[in-house]
Amino acid sequence: MSKYFLKRLAMAVVTLLAIITITFILMHSVPGDPFANENKRMPEAVYQNLMKKYGLDKPYSHQYIMYLKNIARGDFGESMKSNTETVNEMIARGFPVSAQLGLQALIIALIFGPVLGAIAALYQNKLPDYISMIISIIGVSVPSFVMGSFLIQFIARNVDWIPIGGWGEWKHTILPSFALALMPLAQMARLMRSSMLEIIGQDYIKTAKSKGISRTAVIMKHAVRNAILPIISILGTTISNLLVGSFVIEKIFGIPGLGMFFTTSIYNRDYTLIMGVTVFYAIVLIAMLLLVDIAYTLIDPRIRLTEEGR
Amino acid sequence: MEKLLEVKDLAVSFQTFFGEVEAVRGISFHVDKKETVAIVGESGCGKSVTANSIMQLLPMPPAFYKHGQILFNGEDIVQKSEKEMQKIRGNQISMIFQDPMTSLNPTMKVGKQIVEGLIKHQNLSSQEAEKKAIEMLDLVSVPQPEKRIKQYPHEFSGGMRQRVMIALAMVSHPKLLIADEPTTALDVTVQAQILDLMKDIQDKFGTSIILITHDLGVVADMCDRVIVMYAGQLLEEGKVDEIFKNPKHPYTRKLLGSVPRLDMDRSETLYSIEGTPPDLYIPPKGCPFFDRCDQAMVVCKGHMPEREYHTDSHYSCCWLNHPMAKKAAEGSEI
Repeated sequence: MSKYFLKRLAMAVVTLLAIITITFILMHSVPGDPFANENKRMPEAVYQNLMKKYGLDKPYSHQYIMYLKNIARGDFGESMKSNTETVNEMIARGFPVSAQLGLQALIIALIFGPVLGAIAALYQNKLPDYISMIISIIGVSVPSFVMGSFLIQFIARNVDWIPIGGWGEWKHTILPSFALALMPLAQMARLMRSSMLEIIGQDYIKTAKSKGISRTAVIMKHAVRNAILPIISILGTTISNLLVGSFVIEKIFGIPGLGMFFTTSIYNRDYTLIMGVTVFYAIVLIAMLLLVDIAYTLIDPRIRLTEEGR
Repeated sequence: MEKLLEVKDLAVSFQTFFGEVEAVRGISFHVDKKETVAIVGESGCGKSVTANSIMQLLPMPPAFYKHGQILFNGEDIVQKSEKEMQKIRGNQISMIFQDPMTSLNPTMKVGKQIVEGLIKHQNLSSQEAEKKAIEMLDLVSVPQPEKRIKQYPHEFSGGMRQRVMIALAMVSHPKLLIADEPTTALDVTVQAQILDLMKDIQDKFGTSIILITHDLGVVADMCDRVIVMYAGQLLEEGKVDEIFKNPKHPYTRKLLGSVPRLDMDRSETLYSIEGTPPDLYIPPKGCPFFDRCDQAMVVCKGHMPEREYHTDSHYSCCWLNHPMAKKAAEGSEI
C-alpha cells in the first residue's frame, strides 16, 4: 500500500512537471506580454523596468528554471497585475470561497443525482423516469449563466430572505450552490440510470430475489452498491471542477472566488497567475483522482491498489 | 407418492411491443417429494420461463400468467402476492442458476450472501448466521469454510462458486430446488462433481429437484423422470428408462439421436435436427414439431394431439401413437 502511494506521488510530480512545461510554452507562444497594452503605450523606460522587475527580459529557459525553483518552494510568485497580493495570497483568498460553494454543490449533486437516476431506472418508461430524465436533460443542456439568471429572476426576487448576489453569510451560498450543482447532478442521474438498468438485469439480482428478501433489500444491498461505481469514476474530475469554482457562477452572483482568476488571468496575460491557478487546479485534480481510486477499492473488492497488472 | 408440486394447465405469456409471445402454452406436470424431475428441450422452448414462473421471478409486466395453477403443497402460487412469495422463495423453494460467474454479487462477502435469506426467514443473530454459513460451505465441500465465508466471489473458481450457490440455495432446507442448467457453464469434470454434490444434498435433506437442462447425459445420471418440452408445450413424459429406451415421440427420438456416443464411428457426422422451433408470436395450432418432423401427417398441422399413455407414468403427445394412426399413416403421408 505505501509502495503504491509512493509510486502515485512520483507519477504526480511527473504529471505536474508536464503540465507546467506545456502551460509555460503555450502561455509564452501567445503574442504580447503582461505590459504590452495596445491602447496606451507606456513610456519605454517604464516598460523595460517592469520587464526587468519580473525577470521577463531573461531568456525563456532561464525564466522556466527560475519558475520551477520557486514552485518547488511553494511560491507561485507575484502577480503581474495586482500590486497588493501575491499569487499565493490570491489563491488563499479565493479558494476557501470557491471550495465552500463547490462542496455544497457537490453534496446537493451527490444526494439528488444518484437518487433521481435510481428512481428513473426502477420505474423505467413510467412517469418518474420521464420526470427525472427531463430534469437531467435540463441540467445538462441549460448553460449555467442561464440557470443562474433564472434562479435570480424567479427565486431571489420572490423570496425575501434569499439575496440576489454577494458574499458573506450562508444565505448567499444557497442559489449559487444549486446553480453549480445542476450540471453534475444531471450527469450523475443519467449515469446512475443507465448503470442501474444494467445491474438490475444481472444474474445476481435474480439470485438475491430468489432468496426471498424484500424488494428494497435487493435494491439497496445488491443493486445500488454495484451501480454506483461509474459515478465514483467521474467524481474525481467533478469534485475538482466544483472546488476551484466557476467563472460564470461567480460573475453572476458576485462571489469573490477562485473561478474568475482562470479567465481574468488569461486576458490580463498575468503570467504568474495563469501558472499559479493552473498548477493549483492540477494539484487538486491529481489529489482527487487518487482519492477516487481509494474509494473504488472500498466499494468494489475486486479492485486492489497494487502495481501488478499496471 | 405424495405430490409436492403440481402444475396444472399453466400458460405464461410476455406482452411485447410486437405482440404477445406465448412462451408457455398450457403445461401440466407434477413433482413428487424427494424426486428429481428433468425438463429437457432446446433453447427457447420455455424451460426457464416455467422454472421462473414457479418462483414468480419473471418480470411482470411484461410477463403474465395467462391461465392455470401452480399448486405447491396444495396452495396456488399464481395467486400469491409478492409479500407471500417472499416467504416461499429461498425458504421453501430455492433456485440455482446457469452461470456461477455472474450469479453471485461481486461486492458482497460470500458468507453474507449465503445466509442473507436465512436471516430474514428465521430471524438469526449474526453469530448463528455465520455458524450456519460455515456449516453449509463445509457441507458443499468448500475447503477452509471459516476463511472462505469472508472472501468475495472473485476469489472463487467457477466450480467453487456453483458450490456456494448450492449452499446458498440449500441453507434453509427448501422442499424444492429448481436447478436451471446448473452445469452448463462448467467444464466436464467439475460438472460431474456438482451433480454428485446435488445428489448428496438431496439425500441428506430429502429435497425434490427440478433439473432444467439440455444435456441428456446429465438427465440419465441424475433424474427419476423426464419431461420433454418443445415450443412451450410438453410432448412426452416418462421415467428415465422409459424415455431413453423407448422414446415414443419423434422429437424425443431425434433429441436422443443427436447425442454423441462413445461407440460412434469417428467419420460419422453427428446427427442434428434440421430447422428451428416455431415462432411463438404466432404459435402453431397443431403439433409444434410439425415443420421439422419427417413423419408428419395432415392431421398434425391442424390439431394438437392428446396425451397418449403407454404406461402409467409414460405418455406422449403424437398422432403417430394414436390408436387410429396406424391406418391413417399408410395413406396420408405428406
